[in-house]
Amino acid sequence: MGDCHGCAAATIARPPVQSRRPIVAIAAPPTSGKSTLFNRLTGLRQKVANFPGVTVEHRMGRVKLEAGREIYVVDLPGVYSLSPRTEDERVTHDVLCGTMKELPRPDAVLLILDSTNLSRHLILAAPVLSLGLPTLVILNMADDLERRGGDIDSAELAMQLGSPVALVSAAKGSGVDKVFQFLSGTTLGAAAKPPLTELPVIQDIPKCRAWAASVGTKTNYQAPAPPLWTRRLDALFLHPIAGPAVFLLVVIAVFQTIFKGARPIMDAVQTAIQSSGLWFGSMLPDSALRSLVVDGIWSGVGSVVVFLPQILLLFLFIGILEDSGYLARAALIADRTMARFGLQGKSFIPLLSAYACAVPAIMATRTIENKRDRIATILIAPFMTCSARLPVYILIIAAFIPEKPLLGVFFGTRAAALLGLYVLGFLAAILTARLLKSTVLRTSRSSFMLEMPPYRWPTVRSLGLRLVDRSRVFLRRAGTVILAVAVVIWVLAHLPLSGGKTPPIEHSLAGMIGHTAESAIAPLGFNWKIGIGLITSLAAREVIVGTLGTIYGMEGTSQSVGLQQALRQDLTPGGAAALLVFFAFAMQCMSTIAVVRRETAGWRWPAVQFAYMTVLAYACAFLTNRVVSIWF
Amino acid sequence: MQPTCDRQRASGSDRERLRVGLRTNMQTSFKKKPKAPKRNPGARNLTELKHGESGIIERLDLPEEDSRRLMELGFLPGHVVTPGHSAPGGDPRVFRVDGSEVALRRETALKLILR
Repeated sequence: MGDCHGCAAATIARPPVQSRRPIVAIAAPPTSGKSTLFNRLTGLRQKVANFPGVTVEHRMGRVKLEAGREIYVVDLPGVYSLSPRTEDERVTHDVLCGTMKELPRPDAVLLILDSTNLSRHLILAAPVLSLGLPTLVILNMADDLERRGGDIDSAELAMQLGSPVALVSAAKGSGVDKVFQFLSGTTLGAAAKPPLTELPVIQDIPKCRAWAASVGTKTNYQAPAPPLWTRRLDALFLHPIAGPAVFLLVVIAVFQTIFKGARPIMDAVQTAIQSSGLWFGSMLPDSALRSLVVDGIWSGVGSVVVFLPQILLLFLFIGILEDSGYLARAALIADRTMARFGLQGKSFIPLLSAYACAVPAIMATRTIENKRDRIATILIAPFMTCSARLPVYILIIAAFIPEKPLLGVFFGTRAAALLGLYVLGFLAAILTARLLKSTVLRTSRSSFMLEMPPYRWPTVRSLGLRLVDRSRVFLRRAGTVILAVAVVIWVLAHLPLSGGKTPPIEHSLAGMIGHTAESAIAPLGFNWKIGIGLITSLAAREVIVGTLGTIYGMEGTSQSVGLQQALRQDLTPGGAAALLVFFAFAMQCMSTIAVVRRETAGWRWPAVQFAYMTVLAYACAFLTNRVVSIWF
Repeated sequence: MQPTCDRQRASGSDRERLRVGLRTNMQTSFKKKPKAPKRNPGARNLTELKHGESGIIERLDLPEEDSRRLMELGFLPGHVVTPGHSAPGGDPRVFRVDGSEVALRRETALKLILR
C-alpha cells in the first residue's frame, strides 16, 4: 500500500485567471460536520452539482464578505485520505490538485476536522497541507470537545502544521467569524508554497497515523471522554429487544406520516391546483391555447407537484434521522435483513421511502457511500408500490374484484388484492436486487463499514436548508422535464386539429399511436384505449385514470362508478389483471427516469432500468393475461 | 516490540481512560487487555472478543481496498479494539476503536486478527 503520491508535485502551473472570484475548497473527512459549516457560510446561496461523468455530487456556494466581496466555496465529498481510489476520493483529489477540468485550482482550502476525534482526522491533514495551498485548519465541534473534557493547544497545533487553526462549532456558530476572516484574506492565485513542516509524504496510513499521534502529543491533545448520552441512548436503541421495537416504531411513524399525514396537505394542494387551473382557464379565451395551458401544462405539472408535500415530509423525517445520528443505528439493525437480498442496511430507509414516491427515495440513496450498493438501490426503488400507483390499482380492483370478506370485515378480497400488489412489487425488487448484486453490481460483503456518529440534536437551520434544497431540485425538474413531457403528451392527445378544434382523443396522435400499438398490446389483453392511457401515464402513473375518463366520457377518478362499468365492458378479467401487473412492474414515470439520470450522471442506468422494467412488465402481464383467461 | 506510535497511542488512551475514571466499562476492560492475546496466540480475531474485553489488532486479512478503508476508520495494527452493541442476532457489531465507533459485519470482523 502507500503508493499514493502527494499531488502537490504533480500539479501543472496554470495561467493565473483574472476576473474571477476566488474559490475555496472544503476538504474534510465524513462526519466532521462540514455540511453544517458549509450551510453556515453560504446559507441559501448554494447549489448542488455534479461534475460531468461522475455520480458524486458537490455543492457550490457563494459567501458574502465585507464590502460586497464574494467568493465561491466548494464543498467536496468527505474523504479520509487523498488517494484517488474511490470516486469520492478522486473528485476531491482532482479538485484540490487542480486537475478537474471544470474548476480552476482552488485558491485556498478549509480543512475541517472533528476536534473530538482529532488523532484520526489529522491523517487527512498531511496530504492536504502538502498541497501547499493557503489552508485554514478548522477544529469543528469545539464545544463538544470542551464539554467532554478534551483539550488542545491550538497555537501549538498551528505551529506544528504551519497553518492557522480555528476552533469552531459549526452547529452553534461559535468561531465562525475566524473562518470569515480567513476567507476575507483569500486572494486569487496565491502562490503555492512548500509546507513549513515535515509531513509524511508517502500516504501510508499507519505512517500518517503515527505522525498524527506525534502531533497530538506535541500539542497536548486530550481526547474527550466518551459521549455519555450516546452510550446511554445506544443502550436503548441497540438493545436486543428495545432496539428493534424502537426501530419498528420509527418505521411505522415514517410510513404513517408519508401516507396518512401527507394526505390532507396533498388534497389541499390538488384542490388549489385544480381551482387555480379553472380560474386561469376562465381568463383565457376558449381555444387550443387554453386547453394547452389548463389541461396540458397546468394539470400535467400539477399532477407531479402534488407529491411535493409528501416528499418534503419524507425529507424532514430522513433529515431528523440522519442529523440526530439514528439513521446509522437503523441501518445497523436493518443490515442483516437487507444482506439477504444482497443489499445493506443503508438501503432500507430509501426503499421504505419508495413506497411514497421513488423520486425522493432515489434522492435519499445519497446516504449510501458504496456506489454499487447505491445504484442497486436506485434500480430497484421504482418497484416499490408508490402512491401514484394507488389510484390505478383502486380503480381496476374496484371494477373487477367483488368485495367479499376474507378475514372479518376489515380484510376483504379487495384489500387482499391490493396487499398482493404491494407484495408483488416488493418481490420484484428483492429478486432484481439479488440478480444485480450477484452479477453486474457485485461487491465484497466486507464493504459494509458503518461509522456510528454520536447523537446530536438536529438543528432547525440544517433541516430547513435541506428541505429548501430538495424542493428546489424537485420543482426545477417539474418546471423543466415534466413541463416538457406534459406539453408533448398534450400535443399527442390534442393534435391534429380538425377544423380549428382539438379532435376527440381517439382521433388524436395519441389515439393513432394507441391504435397502431394495439397489435403489440393485444396479447396482454389491452385495447387501444388502454394503449392511449399507457402513453399519457408516462407523465405520472395516475394520469391514466384521467385519460380513461376522457376516452369513455366519464368522470376520470378512481371512485367513478361510470368509469368502472365502462372498463368492465371493455376489458376482460385477464386484461385487467395484466394491467395491474403491468403497472406494478413498468417504469411509467418520467420524473423517476429524470431523477435516475441525474443521480447516476448519465443515461446508461435509466436506459437499462427502463428497458428491464418494461420487458419484465410486458412479459409478466402477458403471462398473467394467459393464466387468468384460463380461469375466467 | 511495538512501533513508537503505538506506545504513544497506548499511553494516550491510558491517560484518557484514567481521567474518565469508572464512568464507563472501558476502564475495567482495559485492564484485561494484556492477558487476552496470550491465550490463543495468532488465531484470535475480533469476533472472539467477549463483551467488555479488548484486544490489540495484529493485522487485517482483507483485500487492499477494504483494509485501507478499515485503517482509515481506525482499525490499524497496534490499536485497541473493544466490541460494543450489535444488531439483533449479534451481526453486524459495533467496535470501539481509535476514538470512534464503527459497525462491521461478522465476515469482516473475522478477518481482523488480534495479537
